[in-house]
Amino acid sequence: MGRFLARRLVLTIPVLLGVATLVFSLIHLIPGDPAQAMLGEAAPQSDVEELRRRLGLDKPLVEQYGVFLQGLVKGDLGTSLRTGEPVTDQIVERMPATFELAAAAMFVAIAFSMPLGILAAVRRGTAVDHAAMTVSLAGVSVPNFWLGPLLAIVFAVELGWLPVSGRGTWAHLVLPAISLGAALAAILARMTRATLLEELREQYVQAARARGVSRMRAILRHAFRNSLIPVVTLLGLQFGAVLTGAVITETIFAWPGIGRLLIQSIGFRDYPLVQGCILLIALTYVGVNLLTDVIYGVLDPRIRYE
Amino acid sequence: MTRVGAAIVLLAVLAAIIGPVIVPFDPADQELALRLEGPTGQHWFGLDELGRDIFARVLSGARISLLVGLVVVGVSSLVGTLLGSIAGYFGGLVDECLSRVMDILLAFPGLLLAIAMVAVLGPSLTNVILALSLIGWVGYARLVRGQVLRTRELEFVQAARALGAGTPRILARHVIPTALPAVTVQATLGMGGAILAEASLSFLGLGVQPPTPSWGTMLSYGKAHLLEAPHLTIFPGLAIAILVLGFNFLGDGLRDALDPQTQSRLKT
Repeated sequence: MGRFLARRLVLTIPVLLGVATLVFSLIHLIPGDPAQAMLGEAAPQSDVEELRRRLGLDKPLVEQYGVFLQGLVKGDLGTSLRTGEPVTDQIVERMPATFELAAAAMFVAIAFSMPLGILAAVRRGTAVDHAAMTVSLAGVSVPNFWLGPLLAIVFAVELGWLPVSGRGTWAHLVLPAISLGAALAAILARMTRATLLEELREQYVQAARARGVSRMRAILRHAFRNSLIPVVTLLGLQFGAVLTGAVITETIFAWPGIGRLLIQSIGFRDYPLVQGCILLIALTYVGVNLLTDVIYGVLDPRIRYE
Repeated sequence: MTRVGAAIVLLAVLAAIIGPVIVPFDPADQELALRLEGPTGQHWFGLDELGRDIFARVLSGARISLLVGLVVVGVSSLVGTLLGSIAGYFGGLVDECLSRVMDILLAFPGLLLAIAMVAVLGPSLTNVILALSLIGWVGYARLVRGQVLRTRELEFVQAARALGAGTPRILARHVIPTALPAVTVQATLGMGGAILAEASLSFLGLGVQPPTPSWGTMLSYGKAHLLEAPHLTIFPGLAIAILVLGFNFLGDGLRDALDPQTQSRLKT
C-alpha cells in the first residue's frame, strides 16, 4: 500500500507543476499590456508602470515564474488589485462556503440517485426503469443556471418556503444544493443502475439466494455494497464538475463562496485574485482525484498491483 | 429514445435555418411600450426587457448554439483524433509528452479553464469557441489513444505494415477508422456539452455579448426580472434543456448501436 501511495504521489507532482505553470501563464495571455488591461485604457502611464512593477511584470519571464512558484510553496498568491488584501486570505475566507455547498450538493445527489438507480436495476426493462433513466438523462441536460431560478420561482417566490439567496441557515442551503446536485444525481443514478445490474448477475448473489437469503437482502446487503466501488470513484471524479457548477450556482444564489469571488474578480479585472481562485479550485480537484485513487486502491486491492 | 433525440435535433436545425426567416419579428426589433409582456397569441414566448420578441430570439439563439456546438466538436474531434492516434501509434516519448499535456489539461475541472481563458482573452463568441476547443480535444485524444493502442498490435495492421504501407496510410486507412464509432458517439454527446458550456459562459457574462441573441445571455438578463417576468427565464432555458436532451438521447442511442460492450453493460 505504501508503494502504491508513493507512486500516486510522485505521478501527481508533474501535474501540479503543469497546473501552476498554466495558471502562471494566464496573465501573459492577456492581449497587449496586462497592467494596462487591468487598469483600463484611460489609466495614466505612471500608474501602469507602478502596477507592472508591483506584479513583477518588469522582470524577465523566468524570474517571474520562479517568484510565482516560490510564493506558491509559501502559500503567497500575491495581493488583490482591488482591495489590496492578500489573495490567500480572501480565498481562505470563502472556502468554507464553497465546501459546504459542494458537500450538500453531493449529499443531495447521493440521496436521490441511489434509490433511483436501485429501483431501475431491480425493475429492469419495465416502465419504472425507462422512466427513471429518462428522468436521469433529463437531469443531465437541464442547465443548473435554469433549474436554480426555476426552483427559486416555485419554492421561494410562489410558496415562500425557502430564502431566495444568501447564506446563513440550513434553509439557505436547500435550493443551491438541489440545483447543483441535480446533474450529479442523474449521472450517479445511471452508474448505480449499470453496476448493480452487473453485480446481480454474479454467482455470489445467486449463491446467497440459494442459501435462502431474501431477494431484497441479496440486493441491498450483497450486490449493492459491491456495486458501490465504481460509484464512489465516479463520485470523486465528478467532484470537479460540482466545483465548476458551484461557480454558476453561487452566482445565481449570491452564495459567498470562491466561485462567486472568481466571477466578481473577473468583472473587476483583478487578475491575481482570478489566478488564485482558478489555482485553488484546480488544486482541490487534483487532491480529490488523488484521494479517490487511494480510496479505490484501499477498496479494491487489485488496483494497487496494476 | 434515439428517434426522439434525432427528431429534436432535426427540428432544432430546421428552426435555426428557416425559423428566423419565417417569424414575422426581427430578434433585434424593440417595442419598448410592451417590454416584459407575457406570452400572447402574437408573441408566443412574450417580450423581453427591451420589448424584443423572445420566440424570434430563441430561434436566432439556436443558430449560435448549433454553430458553437458544430465548430467546437468539429475542431476538438479532429485535433483529438489526430493527436490521440499519433500518441497511441508511436508510443514512447511522443506518447509521454502528449499524455502529460492531457493530464495537465484534465487537472482543471470542466469549464474552469474555459472561464479562465475567456476571462483573460475577453468575452466574445470567437474566444468561447477557441477556449472550448482548446479543452475539448483532450477527451477525444484520450479515447482514440486507447483504441489505437489496442488496434496497432492487431494482425491486419501488422499485415499492412509488412506489405510496405507507410505510417500515414496505416493510420488513415486502418487504425483511425476503428476509433471512429467511439468518436462519433463522443461527438454527439459533445454537441450537448458544448451547447451547455457556451450557454454557461454566456450566462456568466463571459460568452456571446449583447445584442446577439444567445440562450445563456437571455437567461442572464432574465434573472433580473425573475419575479415580474419569469417567461424571460423559462423559454430560453427550456430551449437549452430540450436541445441538449436531444443530443444526449441521440448519443446514448448511437452508443448502444455502435458499441456493443457498453450496450451489454448498461442494458445487461
